[in-house]
Amino acid sequence: MKNAENTRGRVMMIVAPVVVYAILIFLSFLCLFSFYMLIINATRSNAQLQAGFTLLPKDNFFNNLRNAWSDQSINIPRGMLNSFFIAACSAVLTTYFSALTAYGIHAYQFKLKRAAFLFIMAVMMIPPQVSAVGFIQLVYKFHLTNNYIPLILPSIAAPVVFFYMKQYLESVLPMEMVEAARMDGSSEFRTFNQIVLPIMKPAIAVQMIFSFVGSWNNYFIPALLLDKAEMKTVPIMIAQLRSADYSKFDMGKVYMFILLAILPVLIVYIFLSRAIIKGVTAGSVKG
Amino acid sequence: MDEKLKTKRKGVSYAKWGYIFILPFFVAYIIFTLTPQIMTFYNSFFENYRSGLKQIGPNFVGLQNYVSLFSPDKTGTVGMLKYFGNTMILWLMGAVPQIVVALLLAVFFTSYRLNIKGQQFFKTVIYMPNLIMAAAFSMLFFTLFSTVGPVNQVLLAHGIVEQSVNFLGIKISVRLLISLMNFLMWFGNTTILLMAGIQGIDQNMFEAAEIDGANSLQVFFRVTMPLLAPILVYTIITAMIGGLQMYDHHGDDRRPADVRRPSGADQRQGHARPRQHDHGHVSEQLSGHQQELRHGRRDQRGAVHRLGGAEPVRVQLAVQAV
Repeated sequence: MKNAENTRGRVMMIVAPVVVYAILIFLSFLCLFSFYMLIINATRSNAQLQAGFTLLPKDNFFNNLRNAWSDQSINIPRGMLNSFFIAACSAVLTTYFSALTAYGIHAYQFKLKRAAFLFIMAVMMIPPQVSAVGFIQLVYKFHLTNNYIPLILPSIAAPVVFFYMKQYLESVLPMEMVEAARMDGSSEFRTFNQIVLPIMKPAIAVQMIFSFVGSWNNYFIPALLLDKAEMKTVPIMIAQLRSADYSKFDMGKVYMFILLAILPVLIVYIFLSRAIIKGVTAGSVKG
Repeated sequence: MDEKLKTKRKGVSYAKWGYIFILPFFVAYIIFTLTPQIMTFYNSFFENYRSGLKQIGPNFVGLQNYVSLFSPDKTGTVGMLKYFGNTMILWLMGAVPQIVVALLLAVFFTSYRLNIKGQQFFKTVIYMPNLIMAAAFSMLFFTLFSTVGPVNQVLLAHGIVEQSVNFLGIKISVRLLISLMNFLMWFGNTTILLMAGIQGIDQNMFEAAEIDGANSLQVFFRVTMPLLAPILVYTIITAMIGGLQMYDHHGDDRRPADVRRPSGADQRQGHARPRQHDHGHVSEQLSGHQQELRHGRRDQRGAVHRLGGAEPVRVQLAVQAV
């Protein structure tokens, strides 16, 4: 009896890891395969793509790149520039003002402190789509369509980022430091900018990456507000491709468009994946 | 408290700085989020649409929009129920496998018995699709599965099908594709959150179970699952909100969120609104329920406390990805 159990245990010891690795490899394959196909197909010309399916790259990468880059109807370099501008501005505003709000609530005692905090926590869960229709109407009323202001300024109020920053401040900021700065005659703003912000660098970096990526990928609101060709962002251009009859397109070029759209994020991710993955759960395992 | 005493003693109040520092946030929030929310709600009581070239409204119609959403149209289907049903189907197809797989992976990664090699690699790979632009990701799937795409080429070449299959024209395959995309984009994120949840559980629990002779399955169902329940419920709810918010993946005719360009002809704006609102309402209610659950358990379980930090990011990602 005991012997049988032992053998079973031993069999499990060998079989379990094999099964586990098989599952992991299968899922990784699923995740990577579509990207692999994308990269391979971006190296093939339209004729080669029509000829059939292959797993090996061809030599038309730069050809496709040139075609995609200089396309008349879909101005991808312009789109990337637009997207970059919006994403960078939003990332800076989101992180700076979230940190400022978090510090304001964390470091000062005032009457509405608790009310303000509870309000932000309460609205955190409301999905952005709820306000979308009203937001679009507001933008139309102020004639701000085809303008980046409604895409950038709202990022000042990001409840989720605020909460993250507040959690972080609670764990890292010693109030003695703020007191010491005050003693030395530093103004409150200066204390925040020169002492608190540098301490919060890791949290700011993580949130900057997330908000940059989020803004870069954002399709919903920009698609409703931007219709001038030279104002459009990358996701709108990609979605445009889909709604066109793309079977008539140069498919090599289409794959190259998609590759260009995801490339910046992909590169950032490859270099910072460790920090990003940690950032997803930061705060949860700090204890 | 301590702080308060100190400031009192020094006779300098810094309270006004608190207000100054949080002011920009609230100004931006009121202008760009709160006002639109109220406007959305307010407009849901008006009819306001274009019929051909003629602008109708805005006229106050009371609850008419809500009524017509929930009453059958010419063909006898109730619009709201149909949209809701469609969304639920997509959600079930996407979220259920996502959570099951994520739970399994989270257990694998945290098991010291398995001690998986190359964890960082696997984590990096499974999280990657989450950061990719949804529009680009779905465009990629559209091209791969189009009638002239590689998938059809392979199927034709091997004689599995005789004519290329229009995957994007068949209801069930469209749903499967959307669910697959949703799954690929989100299971990595859920895995990492659940992993953090498991790591937050007191290690002694697992050791005690081990000493008492529990096998892996027993440990999973008797120790891991109950202690993970709060964060698990949380991921289920956010996956659901994510499902309700799926937008980027869908072609114009299949989108679940029925918000359209305000300037479009013949589009009854009034209709889009109550649905919008209702949709948000569902999300809010669910989240509220979840909040309750979390708070209820907070005092009993230290682990939940530590998970606090993980949640906003999950929410943020959920929000960003749509």
